[in-house]
Amino acid sequence: MSTVREPGDVRLTSAEAVRLVAARELRTRLRSKAYRITTVVLVVLVVAFAVVMRLLSSLGGGEDHVGFVGPTASLAQRVQSAAAALGQDLRVEHVADTRTGREQVADGRLDALVTGASGPRLQVVVKKKLDDKLRTALTSAAGQAVLDRQIRHLGGDPADVSAQVARAGVGVTALKPPPTYDPQRLAVGSIAGILIYLALLGTGQIVAMGVVEEKSSRVVELLLATIRPWQLMCGKVVGIGLVGLLQVVLVGAAGVIAGEVSGSLDLSLSASLSVVAWLVLWFVLGFTLFALVFAGLGALVSRQEDVGGVIAPVTMLLVLGYVVGITVLPSDPGNQVVAIASLLPVFSPTMMPMRLAIGGVPLWQTLVSLALAVGAVPLLVMLSGRLYRNGVVRTGARVKIRDALRAS
Amino acid sequence: MAATTGTLEFDTICKRYGDLLALDEMSFDIVAGEVFGFVGSNGAGKTTTMRIALGVLTADSGEVRWDGVPVTFETRRRIGYMPEERGLYPRMRVGEQLVYLARLHGLSRTEAEQRTRAWTERLGVASRLDDEVQKLSLGNQQRVQLASALVHDPRVLILDEPFSGLDPVAVEVMSEVLREKAASGVPVLFSSHQLDLVERICDRVGIVRSGRMVACGTVDDLRDAGPEQAVVDVPGADPSWASEVAGATVIEAEGGRVLVQLDEGTDDQVLLHAALAAGPVREFGRRRPPLTELFRHVVSAPTDDGADAGAGSGDVATAGGRR
Repeated sequence: MSTVREPGDVRLTSAEAVRLVAARELRTRLRSKAYRITTVVLVVLVVAFAVVMRLLSSLGGGEDHVGFVGPTASLAQRVQSAAAALGQDLRVEHVADTRTGREQVADGRLDALVTGASGPRLQVVVKKKLDDKLRTALTSAAGQAVLDRQIRHLGGDPADVSAQVARAGVGVTALKPPPTYDPQRLAVGSIAGILIYLALLGTGQIVAMGVVEEKSSRVVELLLATIRPWQLMCGKVVGIGLVGLLQVVLVGAAGVIAGEVSGSLDLSLSASLSVVAWLVLWFVLGFTLFALVFAGLGALVSRQEDVGGVIAPVTMLLVLGYVVGITVLPSDPGNQVVAIASLLPVFSPTMMPMRLAIGGVPLWQTLVSLALAVGAVPLLVMLSGRLYRNGVVRTGARVKIRDALRAS
Repeated sequence: MAATTGTLEFDTICKRYGDLLALDEMSFDIVAGEVFGFVGSNGAGKTTTMRIALGVLTADSGEVRWDGVPVTFETRRRIGYMPEERGLYPRMRVGEQLVYLARLHGLSRTEAEQRTRAWTERLGVASRLDDEVQKLSLGNQQRVQLASALVHDPRVLILDEPFSGLDPVAVEVMSEVLREKAASGVPVLFSSHQLDLVERICDRVGIVRSGRMVACGTVDDLRDAGPEQAVVDVPGADPSWASEVAGATVIEAEGGRVLVQLDEGTDDQVLLHAALAAGPVREFGRRRPPLTELFRHVVSAPTDDGADAGAGSGDVATAGGRR
């Protein structure tokens, strides 16, 4: 035949085969409405969270306005510094007379109005009740005034005494200081946990569904006549992994940007970037581990409705790691059980990013968890590859795991 | 052995599923330029044979050769395949899908796009290139499926039930394409239950039963190979005249018309003389059974004489030889 070609010119290298499969997955998934919607929703949620945090802090932690009438004005300075010692921002105002002051309290422009003093007791007008911190600040200022008067009476210098009192204190040497946890980092850790959990669960299911889609539509028979099972499986895992990675990076970046711009995140830029970097690294590792298992298990069934059942045990592990992490860590970041569990490749992808975002993870634990997760990959490639190879061309009833592992 | 250039050979292939012997020393070959029809009842082993050729299944023993060399993973890329249960991504666009499959067969992007256009035009689905496969009618999905088997310019075609579900126009197009590919030197193997179609398009036919090739040859050879039969019309005569002839069995009788089967070595002239003795003969002729009847005969034969059937097939194959 004149058109006969040499067999060599249709050779397709493994890399090309994997790349072709991955490119198809990437194209198909990025075009999918479900993916676009979840990504947008996650970005919106993360940004909304940052904004809400910011609003809450400006509402609750905002400065209090305290008005002082006439003679009490001399107290203003003292009340302000007493409040500052309590970590409370206070704005003081001089009010012309008690009547205007009361009106301002009534319409909420002032949180409290100091009208005068009967002896050492300050008279304060509030709308409903006096804020606890403000009460403490006022009480302390009133007490200080009494003290100053007595010191002056005894011939001492109140300023000097105050300075000496301020210097008094306790010097602590902790032999084994526990790590301190910043509440903000606890929140960021929880968000990191939710994010990686959703991403792993979502992409893992896409992998399993994708495998079954090829099986149920029988297109796998056409594909396997041209490429090897492992090339198909790897291409699928790589393609869907990239799609998931893109989602994690987008959402993580949106969170960091929203946190920094809105100012709701006090974390330094480098600290928040390291949270995202750990998130990405653990997503890649966790996805590789779970996607391989999901692909292998997916190959055992032939119908979309059986996917959920066959991957359920693994999904449960994923859920377990997340639920335990998210319920225990924010209240008890140093929990030993979670610390040990988070070293195991089954739980590390969900627990480690949370712990790392919260902080205080000993270096050796980070290294051990990474080493175990990386070490599990070749093992899973072998096992899942076998499940996949033996399961994917058998249609009909669900293939038993033992049969799929045994068959050559 | 004759030149094996472009010949696809199935050499004593065995495949067992648990207790079931799906293929029992299946052997036959298809020479370049030949359309080979594969017939047999459901579960006879046609699909298993084809899937083994494609490497989707592995044989327990035996081998498939092309050009005299065992088919390898690389040579499989030169095969155009249409699986029995149609396999396409339902939610992928027709054009993208065909380009993708062509590229998996090793074609470059431009080559793949060009062939996709050419084949979809030829098969009448070019206007649906940007539609998802699942939005096409069943018949059009079939055309896309055929396009996927042809898009990489295969050197061998293996099609499992390519005609099922096709409208008459599509059947015509499909037969034309198969003949054309064969004419360009490609061995074409297809299975079908539509025996009239097989009889019309195929150069040779193989009938499978219980995993064995029980008859194989050109349609003419197969029709000639059965026991000799004659139709004799002697109006008004009682059909019993025929059964009195030694070595003749009456199969059917209607009015004066009888269908007689002659044992081997029985002279049909003796039958003619007996007929003339019975009355005026209006018609006397040899009858060649149609493929449907042969098929029924071969397939419904008792299964316990598998060895005989196997030996018989050998005879037919040698007698028929290759064209």
